[in-house]
Amino acid sequence: MKVYIKCDEANYTCDKNQYKDASLWGKIKLNIHLIYCAACREYTARNTKLTKIFETSKPKILGREQKEKMQKALLKEISK
Amino acid sequence: MGTEKLFPDTWVARYADYLYNYTIVRVNDHEVAQDLISETFLAGLKSKDNFKGEASERTWLISILKRKIIDHYRKKKSRKGKAEIRMSYSDEDAEGDWLEQRVKDPFDKTAEDTMQNEELGLAILGCMDKLNEKQAAIFKMKTIDSFDTEAICNEFNITPSNLWVIIHRARKSMADCLETNWF
Repeated sequence: MKVYIKCDEANYTCDKNQYKDASLWGKIKLNIHLIYCAACREYTARNTKLTKIFETSKPKILGREQKEKMQKALLKEISK
Repeated sequence: MGTEKLFPDTWVARYADYLYNYTIVRVNDHEVAQDLISETFLAGLKSKDNFKGEASERTWLISILKRKIIDHYRKKKSRKGKAEIRMSYSDEDAEGDWLEQRVKDPFDKTAEDTMQNEELGLAILGCMDKLNEKQAAIFKMKTIDSFDTEAICNEFNITPSNLWVIIHRARKSMADCLETNWF
């Protein structure tokens, strides 16, 4: 088993971790990588910040059916 | 005459979420917000000849939406006679004594916070506008609706590694965009 990973893989794990999708072993490898890689530390910090922003502001979006309904109404009006 | 043009058939995909966020904090009712947005699009279509092309499409739609929201409150006000106000907080006769009603409002949540959150929400959606359509759709599904990776992959017919590449790019441009527009 490899302990040292490349930056690509570290960022990949970091992205996954934002959605709680990373494995434990993946997270360990990521953290080992972060000890010596400043660039990935920065990436991780930014990525985490982005996740926090989403958590605090909770942007609301419309459901798909509702959008389809709107689109239909709009297209009907356009074709008139 | 400005250079901006209108593309009504892309409005729903591009601006519905943005307008929804704008509306929901003002009217606080899902159904009403939806109706107002729908009306806004139709009104925009009707008056598209009045569009001078000086503002962006989104700004123009927001200005219509603002009128719609004001109208909504006017209508509501004219129905005010029927309104019923209930104050149950210090009602001793009421059944049960709900602890929840005696809790203080959270002191660290100020009006300013709420306002900031609203602006932030709009900034996020504004930045999502700049992603390409597929990217935005996948990013929204994953981040806001929290769909499973698998569900999204099936939906768009892509592999998980495709998905993560898309997510990675989307997050990167979101972070860049928010950094210039917000932080």
